[in-house]
Amino acid sequence: MNSNVGIDSMFPLPAQIRKVVWETEDTFTLLLEPDNGGSDFHFSPGQFNMLYAFGIGESAISISSDPSNKDNIAHTIHRVGSVTSVFSQLEKGDVIGLRGPFGNGWPVEKAKGKDVCIVTGGIGLAPLRPVLYSIFNNRKEYGKIFLLYGARSPLDLLYRVELEKWGKMKDVTVQVIVDRCDTSWKGHIGVVTKLFSYIKLNTANTIAMICGPEIMMKFTIQELSQRGVPPEQIYISMERNMKCGIGLCGHCQCGPKFVCKDGPVFALPQISQFLEKKEI
Amino acid sequence: MEKRDLSEIVRHHPFVNDLSEYHLNILISCVSNVRFAEGSYIFHEGEDATKFYLIREGKVALEIHSGEKGAIRVQTIGEGEVLGWSWIVSPYKWHYDACVIDNVRAFAFDGKCLRTKCEADHDFGYEMIKRFSQVLEQNLKAARYQVMDVYGR
Repeated sequence: MNSNVGIDSMFPLPAQIRKVVWETEDTFTLLLEPDNGGSDFHFSPGQFNMLYAFGIGESAISISSDPSNKDNIAHTIHRVGSVTSVFSQLEKGDVIGLRGPFGNGWPVEKAKGKDVCIVTGGIGLAPLRPVLYSIFNNRKEYGKIFLLYGARSPLDLLYRVELEKWGKMKDVTVQVIVDRCDTSWKGHIGVVTKLFSYIKLNTANTIAMICGPEIMMKFTIQELSQRGVPPEQIYISMERNMKCGIGLCGHCQCGPKFVCKDGPVFALPQISQFLEKKEI
Repeated sequence: MEKRDLSEIVRHHPFVNDLSEYHLNILISCVSNVRFAEGSYIFHEGEDATKFYLIREGKVALEIHSGEKGAIRVQTIGEGEVLGWSWIVSPYKWHYDACVIDNVRAFAFDGKCLRTKCEADHDFGYEMIKRFSQVLEQNLKAARYQVMDVYGR
């Protein structure tokens, strides 16, 4: 899965921006075409690329597109620092550097034959969108799908058109909740864990995938555990400051794990002891 | 609907999970079946908190009015959840407006009737306190979590 772990993986390839889609006021998606046309670019849902703003720096960005679509490699980016601010000013035709894909990805194979419960918040939906695409491309191989998604406000929701489309699919439940809103919002208000009240999980046969702020994941794990989902069926994606992407530099170390190489996706028993440690 | 019929439906609401038959019957003695249309208000801030509600269907938004910002919605309460805890906490006044945003069917429980029964039967009162403590704890946790603004920068 993690094919690019040699010295070549340290050299960024040029990738041209084919399109920029603004998802929210401060979050946008870059659709990229690598220099070689993208035909050789294969990734698993949950993997990430190191994107390079020439002369500024690199940032680890999850791939947010359909793994079967080789023409458009999408990265949804939250504008939060110097590198992502530069990315936010780029336009169609501009070129950036791309290294990857890195990391291990979500357990989409292991989830076959099971229900899948995706719990996510904020930009955390981006690395899980490829999971949904993979499931929908092989729909008969999976059971019921639950997507529980929390955001700061209705204006901060990603992929709004797709959320609506997915919610209308058979055996797919999409529940969205926001922290704050005005009176025009008719959906749920509160924290993402509240959405568990509105679904019925077959806990013995459910794989849970969680991605979002660490505090959100902590509460979600507690909720899933209380409902009887075994820890080995819970997967989370860790976010750490990544530099090399291949487990050499140690920037992303979390206990004995390198998040860039051993993760970013971990089964809960692999990582739970480090989630509670303030120093890590 | 007869109280006897209502009890068959009430017992399936998550709030009464594991409540003894005896205590369930006390609770049922104060119940009525209610409906509220979308856009209506179930109660307003400052009014006497005379009831609590177990939501069977629909959705209610709790609103705070903040002057020039207008109404801010801070929480929704939907199917299987409990609306209102002020009936059990002195001075028994609502702290929010409760706006129906999706047609609601609910069980309404008379707060004064229940407070009298809690005083008369402390075991029943303790059951109520335990259950509403959980509602309050969940609300407090959620409020703290929302204050953290975890999805912000």
